[in-house]
Amino acid sequence: MTVVLATAVNEHLANISNYLIYSAMAVYLLAMLAHCFEWTFGSRGAVARRSAEQGGSLAEAAAAAARPAGARKVTVTVASAGGGTTTLTRTALAGEGAAVVTSGRGGDEADGPGAAGTDEQADLLGRMAVSLTVLGALVHFGGVLTRGLSVTRWPWGNMYEFSCALALTAVLAYLGLLAAGKKVRWLGLPVVLSALLTLGLAVTVLYTDSEQLVPALHSYWLAIHVSAAIVCGGAFYAAFVATALYLLKDAYEKRAAAGKDGGPLGVAPSVWRRLPAAGTLDKLAYRINAVIFPLWTFTIIAGAIWAEKAWGRYWEWDPKETWSFITWVAYAAYLHARATAGWKGRKAAYLALLAFACFLFNYYGVNIFVTGKHSYAGVG
Amino acid sequence: MSNTDTGSTTDTGSPDPRRPLDDEAAAERLSTAPVEERPDDAAPAFGVLGWLRWTWRQLTSMRVALILLFLLSLAAVPGSLIPQTSANALRVAQWKADHPGLAPLYERLQLFDVYSSVWFSAVYILLFVSLAGCIVPRTWQFAGVLRSRPPAAPRTLSRMPVYATWRTAADPQQVTAAAERLLRGRRFRVHASGGAVAAEKGYLREVGNLLFHISLFGLLVAMAWGSVGGGQGGKLVLEGQGFSNTMTQYDDFQGAPFYGADQLEPFGFKLDGFSATYQTRGDQLGTPRDFTARIRYWTGTDSSRLHKGAIKVNEPLEVAGSKVYLIGHGYSPVVTVRNGRGDVVFHGPTPFLPQDNNLTSTGAIKVGDYGTRDGKPGRKVQLGFSGIFSPTAPVKADPLTGWNSLFPAAADPKLILTAWAGDLGTDAGIPQNVYQLDTSHMKQLRQDGDLARAALKPGQGWKLPDGYGTLTFDGYQQWASFTIAHRPGNAVALGSAVLAVLGLIGSLLIQRRRVWVRASAVGGATVVETAGLARSESARIAEELAELAVALQDDAPAAEDGPQDPDGPQDRNGPGDRDGAEDRDGAEDRNDAGTREHAEARPHGSGTTEERG
Repeated sequence: MTVVLATAVNEHLANISNYLIYSAMAVYLLAMLAHCFEWTFGSRGAVARRSAEQGGSLAEAAAAAARPAGARKVTVTVASAGGGTTTLTRTALAGEGAAVVTSGRGGDEADGPGAAGTDEQADLLGRMAVSLTVLGALVHFGGVLTRGLSVTRWPWGNMYEFSCALALTAVLAYLGLLAAGKKVRWLGLPVVLSALLTLGLAVTVLYTDSEQLVPALHSYWLAIHVSAAIVCGGAFYAAFVATALYLLKDAYEKRAAAGKDGGPLGVAPSVWRRLPAAGTLDKLAYRINAVIFPLWTFTIIAGAIWAEKAWGRYWEWDPKETWSFITWVAYAAYLHARATAGWKGRKAAYLALLAFACFLFNYYGVNIFVTGKHSYAGVG
Repeated sequence: MSNTDTGSTTDTGSPDPRRPLDDEAAAERLSTAPVEERPDDAAPAFGVLGWLRWTWRQLTSMRVALILLFLLSLAAVPGSLIPQTSANALRVAQWKADHPGLAPLYERLQLFDVYSSVWFSAVYILLFVSLAGCIVPRTWQFAGVLRSRPPAAPRTLSRMPVYATWRTAADPQQVTAAAERLLRGRRFRVHASGGAVAAEKGYLREVGNLLFHISLFGLLVAMAWGSVGGGQGGKLVLEGQGFSNTMTQYDDFQGAPFYGADQLEPFGFKLDGFSATYQTRGDQLGTPRDFTARIRYWTGTDSSRLHKGAIKVNEPLEVAGSKVYLIGHGYSPVVTVRNGRGDVVFHGPTPFLPQDNNLTSTGAIKVGDYGTRDGKPGRKVQLGFSGIFSPTAPVKADPLTGWNSLFPAAADPKLILTAWAGDLGTDAGIPQNVYQLDTSHMKQLRQDGDLARAALKPGQGWKLPDGYGTLTFDGYQQWASFTIAHRPGNAVALGSAVLAVLGLIGSLLIQRRRVWVRASAVGGATVVETAGLARSESARIAEELAELAVALQDDAPAAEDGPQDPDGPQDRNGPGDRDGAEDRDGAEDRNDAGTREHAEARPHGSGTTEERG
């Protein structure tokens, strides 16, 4: 028997990592406050204008601007589910290959203008919030990186590390969408809030010192299987937010259509009006889920391959495996329901919420309350 | 879940006049989603055959498939909360002992074997039958689609979900020729006829969809194969000892109908040494960091040709179609027992089983050949010792935790034993637990008015009471336990899984869509109409159509006075309707009324060329 000190841990780096995580939380907190103010001041602005009008005028403006000789322009009419129409205009300047795409919405489905409404001050606050989120993400990334460097391995060997990485992925995904020019600043508040909650839970309940891994985790599959799971977690969370908001916005739209005052959950109508249309939220949720479902399937398969290497069987109905399977089936049911008459819309959305609940239970519930072979949580 | 018809009404070129062509139905057909059963399916037809047909239709409907999926996830839950025999039989036994009232009920409901239970199997078998009922006809249908041409352009393109139009000075034939080139260049399947071009793309969506579902069958087959043609066994090996792959060598063996003693491939290995590394400081003191079993192995019958190897937790040894996994490890105290005359009656290591993370281990040393106390003929007796091996023992027994080990490595080992004399029961032919004493026919020895007990360091001896002789704790050896598994079908399972993911990517990320371009001469100019149809989830079709149209304007430049007013006067009838006479397909004219009605319900701003032109 050899008792050798396991590969040394660079405690200096581990400490820096802890400070960085705490700092990231402080910055996220500021970002969250900025978003809160954005939502508050945003209600002062005029009632959210129909972006259909904005879109329409924009399209016309773009068309007018791009009308010099040789310009090619096409306006496509798009039918929307509610019976209304939308237009999409594409203008290409001759010889330059540049294309300008403008789109407008019409009919009943008008996307709200976002948290800031039309208030300039609120918009400024929103921009500050995004800047703070970027700063927070950088610090957060530094925290995850130094944690990994302190033990020279992938920093997701226990629940604390997994949670830090998960929160980072969610924030980065949101920032990525913003960077890609998508109008998703309304996602800022829920994303930053949940990053804060996840990190808060991580540093208080789930914290474990930076150390080397147990033998069961000595595998390159840790990098593959767990990273995939982290990305899935972030994406499923984003889809969950979109689904939940879809249900609420849908309820609001129904109330508004029925001529009732007030919004669901007792939240002022001005908040609901500033959100994207229910249909847009629903589509967003579906797209995220549809894109990430193959990756989730891959995560389970990668886990099965690893299990075969570590335990001798690729599938043993270990609680973690079982709940991954349940989550998978639940999301599969959601995707099928989307394509089934009578299940579209709210019913499918409830299935999506249920599927996300399964995912959450698989992460927190199974790690903490159920004993199985995936007991690497490090939660004492 | 009868299937997605991919446009058979229009494929043939002679649409069924009874079925009005509406874009809802067209979109349904484009989607890969199964079509809901029609109302006439709801009522069961007469007779046994009718009922059978109705049942089959129900089973293969999407609604029932959804319910089955839901049931499947629900049925999987109890297995994760109740201990399962397949995973841990010991925990099941413990649970049964703790809940004597519930255990029989649970037993009857097969709640300890959820994943092989009748009800769980029923759900997934029904699901797979339902799946087969969907996939087979759908594959046929898809093969038909691939053989046929893209569906011809609907008469009224302006009713399609996305639509664009402009006037050009170019000749209609030039425009359609250009459109055909353009669409072919973008890898559409294209068919041009009667002044219109029909194109379709994204067949990989349905390919992916079918591939994914068929792969699930592959997985099922692989799992079934693995369970009837494979098996596994366990073996505990002491340092310095070995294992050869024959039935008698196994401590336990789970075979299968096609995997038994005759199927065991000849190979073996010797365990040269086992090493473990543990965290030596901090909060995670004693957490394992590395386990390595150093071995030499052979294949075939020649056990002298040895290859060096190592088995770690994530690195099994692959040999002769089987894999050898490192599962556990522990200590075997080595003791020597002498009788009253000083003759050695027992010498060797005895594996003890770890009870906690610090490897406090319990076991029993059975001295079956003790003979008599003084070695002379007389009434034979057997000795048994039960106790604890503590690899890093406390200086003295803790009032709460006793001799529990403080660290998993053998830094300061102690062997704590009590002694029994009598009949071990090993000669009765009944299998017994090697790690426990059956004390029903034994008496615990007493010493100095108390139970006879000793806590020994390596090298220390213990003079047994009543002249039974001595026991010396010579030292310890390590043991490692292995699972030797033969699992055919893993490659099939992996292949199926990879195909399933590829299929999923195709079926979820690729859009199947159709594009039509029609150029018709109207009042001296040419009206170009383009339309697209895709699943409702896709917004990209609009962008794609816009892009196509812009590209098409290279060959069919929009006239300077071209109308581009989507919100223009609500004339819903595109030029196609006006020029009914031009329509090559008389059958569609009969739909006109229905078409118009439909158009009424969904006002689209559309081509209003007549007014401007």
